[in-house]
Amino acid sequence: MATETAVLPTRSRVDGFRVLRAGLIVALVVAAALVPQATQNQYYLGVAFQAEMLMCLALGLNIVVGYAGMLDLGFAAFFAIGAYTTGILSTKEHWSIIASIAPGVLIAVVCALIIGFPTLRLRSDYLAVVTLGFGEIIQTIAINLNQTGGPTGIYAIPALTIGSVVVESNTGYYYVFFVLVIVFAIFSTRLRGSRLGRAWLCIREDEDAAKAMGINTNHYKLYAYMFGAVLGSITGSLYAPALTAISPASFGFSESLLIVMAVAIGGLGSIWGVMFGAAVVEIFPEVFRSFAQARLLVFGIALVILMVVRPRGLFPERAFQGLGARVRSRLGRTVVSPLSGAGEALVSLPSEES
Amino acid sequence: MTAVLETDHLSLQFGGVNALSDLSIEVGEGALHAIIGPNGAGKTSFFNCLTGYYKPTSGAVRFQGAEVTGLDAAKVAALGIRRTFQNIRVFPKMSVLENVLAGGHLRATSNLLAITVASRGFRRSERTLHHEAMASLEFVGLADQWNNLAGDLPYGMRKRMELARVLIANPVVVLLDEPAAGVSSVEREELSRVIRRIHDRGTCVVMIEHDVDLVMEIATDVTVLDNGRIIASGLPQDVRTNPDVVRAYMGRKRK
Repeated sequence: MATETAVLPTRSRVDGFRVLRAGLIVALVVAAALVPQATQNQYYLGVAFQAEMLMCLALGLNIVVGYAGMLDLGFAAFFAIGAYTTGILSTKEHWSIIASIAPGVLIAVVCALIIGFPTLRLRSDYLAVVTLGFGEIIQTIAINLNQTGGPTGIYAIPALTIGSVVVESNTGYYYVFFVLVIVFAIFSTRLRGSRLGRAWLCIREDEDAAKAMGINTNHYKLYAYMFGAVLGSITGSLYAPALTAISPASFGFSESLLIVMAVAIGGLGSIWGVMFGAAVVEIFPEVFRSFAQARLLVFGIALVILMVVRPRGLFPERAFQGLGARVRSRLGRTVVSPLSGAGEALVSLPSEES
Repeated sequence: MTAVLETDHLSLQFGGVNALSDLSIEVGEGALHAIIGPNGAGKTSFFNCLTGYYKPTSGAVRFQGAEVTGLDAAKVAALGIRRTFQNIRVFPKMSVLENVLAGGHLRATSNLLAITVASRGFRRSERTLHHEAMASLEFVGLADQWNNLAGDLPYGMRKRMELARVLIANPVVVLLDEPAAGVSSVEREELSRVIRRIHDRGTCVVMIEHDVDLVMEIATDVTVLDNGRIIASGLPQDVRTNPDVVRAYMGRKRK
């Protein structure tokens, strides 16, 4: 295309909308960082921590379901693999928690390969059945194996130590997962803005057409599954010391379903949406504790209403597109080219500066 | 001169049905080769055989002298044979720009570490690709649509976007499945202009088209299929007067 050079305006550095958005993100992160300062209530902290953990898992599953469009109903299996690997290595072999993350990831990736290689060729509904089965298998193994402590699980898992710092309090783990959420979110954003993310979306949208782009669809589906497994396993490895005890009951189908719900409620493929969805799924039932036995019913009804009103989730990808355009036109700016600063169109746009 | 793309006694059977029988065609350097024929003649099946979507029952497909028969669709695309689809296959929930970037998939960095840390090299390569995607959109006259969802574009624009998505890959051969079908006369003019410009760049074009006037106007070679067989091939003006063709195809069209 040497003869055709499009004339593109250079990227402007000051854009009211970008400033506004960056300010909003910073405010959100700071507010979240101050939660333990705002409350000493251990119950609130516990819920907040659970919400963060679900965010991590949802970000992992988002790569599989949200990006690549493969329905995975057994995602808790990878969470369990990470948690159990760390649990066993730290109690029986006295490994440090940090050191046990790597073997957990390795086992998760190997399992993802074993399950994914023969099955990812299947179309989505068959895949859902296979992954559901995989989730059940992992839970059954955990219940029946002596090494995993059977139905009682593993207890007295040592605390996480980072250098000389021993993380013991709820507050400590809140911050550990706070960092993990940010790392996962940035990682997901980067993937989305690269050829991997684009390839996954193409597969989700139209697998045959994706092949015509030169995308090796079987490989890319496997990559998505593996990335999901890695994030799930890391979350599990840090979850084990945070709770100090793990048991098979935490890794069943209901957990997998909760993660799928977080992704679907928030908005498939949207990082902000998925995080928000996880928070909703975790916090909503707690808020409605006053309904006692009926709270899950209320939650269920709310979910149904939500899916009818916003079938693509609360914050689907490009949810703020219209808002961005309005703010920009208020500010007297129009975006004429992707290189002039419309970051929300693509999740991350390579920038010229720095 | 070796042909850029050629088929050698290509046949395709579905059960007992002969969808394609014994097709041998040659697409030379710089050709704009049109494939015409009545509905059900096997034109799209032929394209699917060329691009790895169907595996021919017998015969061979050769690209630049090397056999590519039965290769996976993604591999064929990677070699530089790019296609569009008869019933347009855009990625509806992706922006127009991202659709085009997806076409440049193989030219983008795949280094995971570079992607994760958003390295300079990664940002530079993405930036180059963005520029080329915009240039491709400019080429088909859709640059101002870059930020819209592909699924929101009107039909004719989707067709042009599909072309931009093909072009960003710098293909050697472009296979167009009915580029002008179902578009308005204004859009048809636009499309024929774009196709001609693609051809002028030196890209080989193979095109299935029902619009005989368009074919006569821009094609350098024509092959006529009927019932999975070649009934005529040659220069457009020769084919036009071929009695078999008139009987099988044009006669019906011209009544």
